[in-house]
Amino acid sequence: MAERGRQLNLAVGAGIAAAAVVLALTLGTLGAVAWRAEFAARLGPSDWAAVRFTLLQATLSALISVTLAIPVARALARRRFAGRGVLITLLGAPFILPVIVAVLGLLAVFGRAGLLSQFLGWFGFPPFRIYGLHGVVLAHVFFNLPLATRLLLQGWLEIPAERFRLAASLGFSARDVGRELERPMLREVLPGAFVVIFVICTTSFAVVLALGGGPRATTVELAIYQAFRFDFDLGRAALLALVQFAIGAAAAGLALWVQVPQATGGGLDRVAERPEAAGMGHRIADAAWIGLAAAFLLLPLGMIVLRGAPALFSLPPAVQAAALRSVVVALSSAVLVLALALPLAFAVWHLRGRRLAGWLEALGYLSVAASPLVMGTGLFILLYPVADPVALALPVTVVVNAAMSLPFALRALVPAVARVEGRFGPLADSLGMRGLARLRHLHLPRLRRPIGFSAGLAAALSMGDLGVIALFADPEQATLPLQLYRLMAAYRMEDAAGAGLLLLILAVTLFWMFDRGGRVNADT
Amino acid sequence: MLTLEGLTVRQDSFELRADFTLETGAMVAVIGPSGAGKSTLLSAIAGFIRPSAGRVLWQGQDLTPLPPGERPVTMIFQDNNLFPHLSAFDNVALGLCPSLKLASAERARVRGALARVGLAGLEERKPAALSGGQQSRVALARVLVRARPLLLLDEPFAALGPALREEMLDLVAELCRETGATLLMVSHDPRDAERITDRAVLVADGLAHVPVPTARLLADPPRALRDYLGGGARG
Repeated sequence: MAERGRQLNLAVGAGIAAAAVVLALTLGTLGAVAWRAEFAARLGPSDWAAVRFTLLQATLSALISVTLAIPVARALARRRFAGRGVLITLLGAPFILPVIVAVLGLLAVFGRAGLLSQFLGWFGFPPFRIYGLHGVVLAHVFFNLPLATRLLLQGWLEIPAERFRLAASLGFSARDVGRELERPMLREVLPGAFVVIFVICTTSFAVVLALGGGPRATTVELAIYQAFRFDFDLGRAALLALVQFAIGAAAAGLALWVQVPQATGGGLDRVAERPEAAGMGHRIADAAWIGLAAAFLLLPLGMIVLRGAPALFSLPPAVQAAALRSVVVALSSAVLVLALALPLAFAVWHLRGRRLAGWLEALGYLSVAASPLVMGTGLFILLYPVADPVALALPVTVVVNAAMSLPFALRALVPAVARVEGRFGPLADSLGMRGLARLRHLHLPRLRRPIGFSAGLAAALSMGDLGVIALFADPEQATLPLQLYRLMAAYRMEDAAGAGLLLLILAVTLFWMFDRGGRVNADT
Repeated sequence: MLTLEGLTVRQDSFELRADFTLETGAMVAVIGPSGAGKSTLLSAIAGFIRPSAGRVLWQGQDLTPLPPGERPVTMIFQDNNLFPHLSAFDNVALGLCPSLKLASAERARVRGALARVGLAGLEERKPAALSGGQQSRVALARVLVRARPLLLLDEPFAALGPALREEMLDLVAELCRETGATLLMVSHDPRDAERITDRAVLVADGLAHVPVPTARLLADPPRALRDYLGGGARG
């Protein structure tokens, strides 16, 4: 019993240590920020403008994404066509798409010299202006329309096929089906989808850095960055960081209050028979929606490939060095995420049924509400007296990236550990498999898929992250996203296109490698 | 000798008591209505459930404080007896060493056990590449290498067809005779119980009754068992 007790304490202890790290990173950095915020400092009118802009752009982005997703998801739910599966898979891709690469692609389509402006030029219209509120919203819709579509599509597919058959046998028109079947589902799913996207958009930084700015299009996150980077006004940065945390906490609270749908990923391949929508008009409308959505997603990506390919093999040495740094950061971040998530997941399992388990898991999700810039600011304040934060830019980036990926890793690992222990725990117990033997011969082989997925996601997110690194780094230690941003800011668009394609390839490859590694030869 | 000394297991509102002894080498069926606590009794002996009172003793040694892996017990569960990611060889080898670090003599023992249950040549197969009967044989080969004196079967062959199930039961009986192991076997089917056990424990109404000869219990079942077996089964 003593031996067993020690094993158990070890697992729980490791989990609590991991939770303490997360706590220090989220609330600890916030505390450091609060301590530093001088109470004499007040929010000026420009700061309030930033708060208003943050809420405005997040509301608009969420509203437009969700509204456009309705016809697209409906079309996908009731049409079968070649490439449907690929398109639905692609709807999941923006999640690992580096933000700054997407911005580059959007510029190639909607920018001053982009496809749209050229098209408008033929008819004598002035070029489309992408900078400012509508650029920020456009980019956010680009990222979140796919997410909203997947969430709504899932809602559609959860309506039992029998109901549609019943509706057909009763001679329902498309309008009747909409009223009786689709609207009740939407009433349930839409608020959650809206809140999720709203939360994501309140902490968005890279999009606003690239497409916003100026007094009329600055979010709180960007204001933190500017106060920190340009004015080196730590007090004001700290105050803004508190405001940002309040917004994030309020938004997360909203998400807890509203029923948030979960993207399960699987089972989106079914199509219900829908006789009421068989008419030519409906088919043309659906095809148009699917075509428009696909073009909106694929054109920017295509432009990155098209423009980037020629420059890919003649990239400046600074870009190559940055790429190497980014890969190291991404891999370290993936390792760190597992080092935090696995002990947490094991501890949650060991403590199941007790209140501490709930607390540990909740702590792991805390970084959803935290902002990377707040974390970065806090770490800077904490590190400043003891070390040169600029020299630690890359390690800090690794740590913050890992903290931001942790919620996704936990969502994959906590239920997986419970499943594995539930199924094979008694056998392992009866064979006396403990500690390392249990880890090697039970957990690692059985958890390969969620481990691979978590590591891949963490690596891809870290690879493309342009957040905390922008706060700290000097030119000698830029990551690839930061280097790309600098090329764009210097209007070196050819090099930028090459760097963008390289970044895209690296992020997708990292995700694919880990995720694939978790799947091949997995005996289930 | 296995002694259940005032053993009481409580789970929510459910309670099971047991107070009897079994001599070494006994072959005992555990029968009773569904949900009466047959699996619970085995789990308590194997150490998966902590009793709220009483003790489990083997040859006079108190097992109650020991974790499952340190008890002189091998248990075969209803399912999930094999790790799907490990070969038949490794699945058996785990019975000798939980970290799979085997000396060459031990490797020979694993191969010998697999051959004894009729699986020579299939050592490297993973469970998915084995039939249901072969998977059961791998679990039995592990029983052999573990060589623990107490064998608990929680209906591991329930998913097999009747002929295959009888084959497995006969193999269990042979292995027990060869190793002198004491067997406790949960059974749904009175014919299974009659086939290889000489004594039976009736679990009903919160009590694991003192073992009686299997044939006698089935010939003249008490009311709780009669209801379960149905009027047509026995007179």
